[in-house]
Amino acid sequence: MSSLCSTAPDILRLDCARETEKIVRSLRDIVFRQLRRKGAVIGVSGGIDSSVVAFLCARALGRDRVLALFTPEADSSPDSLRLGRAVAEALNVASVSEDISAILRAARCYERRDEAVRLVSPEYSDGYKFKMVLPGLLEPNQYSIFSLVVRAPDGGTKTVRLTAEAYLGIVSATNFKQRTRKMIEYYHADRLQYAVAGTPNRLEYDQGFFVKHGDGSADFKPIAHLYKSQVYELAAYLGVPEEIQRRPPTTDTYSLEQSQEEFYFTLPLEKMDLCLYGINTGVSAADLAPAVGMREAQVERVYRMIEAKRKVAKYLHASPVLVQQIDKV
Amino acid sequence: MHTTTLALQVRGFITDNYMLDGNCVLNDDDSFIDGGIIDSTGVLELVAFLQETYGIRVEDEELTTENLDSVDKVVAYLAQKLTGPGVAAVAGGGAS
Repeated sequence: MSSLCSTAPDILRLDCARETEKIVRSLRDIVFRQLRRKGAVIGVSGGIDSSVVAFLCARALGRDRVLALFTPEADSSPDSLRLGRAVAEALNVASVSEDISAILRAARCYERRDEAVRLVSPEYSDGYKFKMVLPGLLEPNQYSIFSLVVRAPDGGTKTVRLTAEAYLGIVSATNFKQRTRKMIEYYHADRLQYAVAGTPNRLEYDQGFFVKHGDGSADFKPIAHLYKSQVYELAAYLGVPEEIQRRPPTTDTYSLEQSQEEFYFTLPLEKMDLCLYGINTGVSAADLAPAVGMREAQVERVYRMIEAKRKVAKYLHASPVLVQQIDKV
Repeated sequence: MHTTTLALQVRGFITDNYMLDGNCVLNDDDSFIDGGIIDSTGVLELVAFLQETYGIRVEDEELTTENLDSVDKVVAYLAQKLTGPGVAAVAGGGAS
């Protein structure tokens, strides 16, 4: 059993059989009746969330009504494709691999990104790698500001604070990746009359850890109500390959490997789960602190961070806004 | 520079960039974060504005709510930075 799974808090423990049955029943209703589609396309990244969604879709819709799609690009870890294939093989579902590097190059994704990186690290060029990181849980009064970690070809690394212009330039350029993946998913969905599955867990959905019209776009999101540790529980129950259960969650977006913790959540995901659960159920920071092994002031800071990210996420979740309601639509 | 002038400039930057609907009132002691006025990207933009406008360097340890979370706090921080080598409030400590 994975370390993440084994540390899943009792309070979030699932009745996996019952939860699976509930989701499977819903998926049949959503895909076949509500959406009137013949199956589902799932972008399978080799991570835990998309793997669980693939297993649930195969169980609900039938293995012959699922397409697993792999969309590697120049910065992807080779493990992502290998583990994605392992999911498709374990389920015996159809799969397609499309390398999206050429599309991204044509859109100048890498070039725009590198221009933005050079705003704060002028020496950045071929052979260099980078990632964006947030500091760990800080003192309660300190802002959490992104830094860029740059590794030179000789292995030397440096860390520089990002400016707003560089940060926005890097993020907006790399968002081409998630949006291109979604475009390819919908190509196959249109071709097969399938629906596109979204793969966010509750942390990601609640906190806006997705790209609008990229990985945030989908026809249905079957695990958006599950905390991350519950996704791990379900993965073990469904028989997701062990290596995927043990793999640390990554963004697989930047050229240096980067955890979701250092990119977005700033503390281990099992603690984030409990803090989100705490704020959702009205548990005070003082009461939650001993359960998560943190100081009360740190939990208060996480609660404020959760609320702040929810404000930002509102725009990401918003549908196009109309000036007035349109009848009969 | 007089603190009244600093307050005008900082308030102008905030209202021009983050309160575009024109219907909100910004008091000098309103928290930027608690009021949902700026987010973490806004903090980066505020830092860029301060550095470019006043020729200062905002150090990592000065990126605190004590220094940057309201017009009053930014003005106090700026006044300290502009008048000498005084240490502005750092993480873990209170406003000095």
